[in-house]
Amino acid sequence: MAAVHGDAHGHEHDDHHPSGIMRWITTTNHKDIGTMYLWFSFAMFLVGGTLAMGIRAELFQPGIQILEPELFNQFTTLHGLIMVFGAIMPAFVGFANWQVPLMIGAPDMAFARMNNWSFWLLPVAATLLVSSFFVPGGAAAGGWTFYPPLSTQGGLGVDLMIFSVHILGASSIMGSINIITTILNMRAPGMTLMKMPMFVWTWLITAYLLVLVMPVLAGVVTMLLTDRHFGTSFFNAAGGGDPVMFQHIFWFFGHPEVYIMILPSFGIVSEVIPTFSRKPLFGYSSMVYATASIAILSCVVWAHHMFTAGMPTVGQLFFMYATMLIAVPTGVKVFNWTATMWRGSMSFETPMLFAIGFIFLFVIGGFSGVICAIVPIDIQVQDTYYVIAHFHYVLVSGSLFALFAGAYYWIPKWTGRMYNETLGKWHFWLSMFFFNLTFFVQHFLGLAGMPRRIPDYNLQFADFNMISSIGAFGFGLTQLLFLYIMISCIRSGEKAPQMPWDGATTLEWTHLPTPAPYHSFEKPPIVK
Amino acid sequence: MGMINSNPKANVLMLKKLFIFTLIMFAFGYALVPFYEKFCEVTGINNLLNPDVLSKDNWVDEERWLAVEFDANARGLPWSFKSLQTNARIHPGEPITVMYEITNNSDREIAGQAIPSYSPRYLEKHLKKLECFCFTKQVLKPKETRQMPVQFVIDPSLPVEINTVTISYTFFELPEGVNVIKK
Ligand code: HEM
Ligand SMILES: [Cu+2]
Repeated sequence: MAAVHGDAHGHEHDDHHPSGIMRWITTTNHKDIGTMYLWFSFAMFLVGGTLAMGIRAELFQPGIQILEPELFNQFTTLHGLIMVFGAIMPAFVGFANWQVPLMIGAPDMAFARMNNWSFWLLPVAATLLVSSFFVPGGAAAGGWTFYPPLSTQGGLGVDLMIFSVHILGASSIMGSINIITTILNMRAPGMTLMKMPMFVWTWLITAYLLVLVMPVLAGVVTMLLTDRHFGTSFFNAAGGGDPVMFQHIFWFFGHPEVYIMILPSFGIVSEVIPTFSRKPLFGYSSMVYATASIAILSCVVWAHHMFTAGMPTVGQLFFMYATMLIAVPTGVKVFNWTATMWRGSMSFETPMLFAIGFIFLFVIGGFSGVICAIVPIDIQVQDTYYVIAHFHYVLVSGSLFALFAGAYYWIPKWTGRMYNETLGKWHFWLSMFFFNLTFFVQHFLGLAGMPRRIPDYNLQFADFNMISSIGAFGFGLTQLLFLYIMISCIRSGEKAPQMPWDGATTLEWTHLPTPAPYHSFEKPPIVK
Repeated sequence: MGMINSNPKANVLMLKKLFIFTLIMFAFGYALVPFYEKFCEVTGINNLLNPDVLSKDNWVDEERWLAVEFDANARGLPWSFKSLQTNARIHPGEPITVMYEITNNSDREIAGQAIPSYSPRYLEKHLKKLECFCFTKQVLKPKETRQMPVQFVIDPSLPVEINTVTISYTFFELPEGVNVIKK
């Protein structure tokens, strides 16, 4: 007992002293750090979103109007990099910081100081990345997947991108080590692994995926760097290297990466759906096993991104079937969420709306994924807008919608205030409408052969592109509504009741006051 | 009361283990490079540097004519590179030798490597290269000119709807420090 308190107080004392900006720079409190992660990722979301608006403005009409091709390519590249590494991933780490200790009854993260470092690396990396627009030659322009030879030929912008990826990788790895240790070592008495909330489970598995593949990404960008400056020829055909090998190593990271961005959202949805259905999660243990199998399978399907890069038929068949197999555990999850709602006494507050929207649209993205996995079809649709539509259905209406669901769900616990429910519902319905307006039509564009990452297009694609751009502007503006809702909730929202959601059963709702105090679970709760 | 959430020692041990695991995975990323090379060598994928041998049951399809176009480029190095013959008409299965010429226009010694590329892409599967200047690097003294042969056979298994193919070579400068091309 004494040991607990001694330890917990060890890092609390310095929290209390600094105030103002120094509080945030030096804080080791998981709630402060979680908050910073969330604001950082939202800021990055706005930056990446602005780039997307630029892309859609250029694609509003055929011809080149606003962005010269070079700049257009920089926009698409940085849009992808910023959204993946700057917005979605840090947002989930923000949720993990806030929620993991609260949901397992731990006083803080295992390594509070390292937690502070992993956050503060992010603004450094983001600055490098964004400032690369202003160096001679501009930002990296070879796509967020930075394939050589474009990435070995580009200018200073590519070097800045490489450093930035290194730093982001270090941050993620430190964050994951922290999360794994916290979950494995710091659970409250009685909180066995199989009693952990689904959100915690999905993060445990995600964190393992991160330590598994982020170092490989760090390795592959290091190889790019030495190819560029130190005379190695890993990916340089003339020097005996192989540019296709880059793709193999990159996607060994890249496909698990897409699950890194979706598993925690499965976790959030698995908390929200039971709460608003007022029923326990259906098939809890099958959810755990499904998550683990998805993670394992995700490591052996990478070459489905390379069906057109040249591969023997057996290879294509293997990667095709392995990819399709992922749809099975994914289907188990969707079934379980649906079964949780079945005959529940459901109510449809904003978090639930986003969670249900997630299920609908993620399933569409999953189906288009299975379609992409079919080799003869993929040869047709790869590098077209069909793939763009696929991964925006899984990432925007998947990961992002789940993040919104989680933000609305937990904001009362974090701030002690309620958001404006009417505006929240508007946010959901406008997002839903504009999202589909933007991305559904892109399926048709892709099937008709419109290539991705190109600033101009054939006249036949004009109508759908205009629709898509209108949708995108609407979607972008709608997210400012989210910003407004959150700020007005934090500043002047109505006081939240102790239990705003009567169906919630996890520790942060049952064992802590609302708002959660700055220091929680210094004395661990007993979980029965 | 069992206090599982209070053991800094256990946490640090975990940190060390995970950190070592991270380093191993970083090394694993590098280990993938020789692994893929070996894999491609063993399975015969991506065989750019070794001559093919003509199988004993090679036959010439006298019924069929193929137009072969030869293309030559030098990218990023001060060399002129051309094929002495821009095209040929051959029967599938019939061996042919084509001469290429490179000239180093600069005042320094330069090493270059030719990388082939085919159209249609799957020509590679039906092309048997018996001899090629692309199997090794070429080193040219200042102002030196050299003529080099390529000898190949296009297998009659090439789909019948194909009647024109292109064989293209591009010379790249071997980066400084890279002397031996990896096999
Ligand atoms: C049932 C599940 C899924 C299947 C079968 C699947 C399948 C595929 C396939 C075959 C491709 C390659 C398409 C091409 O380049 O031609 C692809 C691309 C992609 N997928 Fe998925 N996918 C699934 C789920 C997800 C999830 C959950 C995410 C992220 C949250 C995701 C994100 C992406 C991204 C970002 C790309 C494009 C990468 C790029 O080339 O830039 N996918 N998917
Ligand atoms: Cu993938």
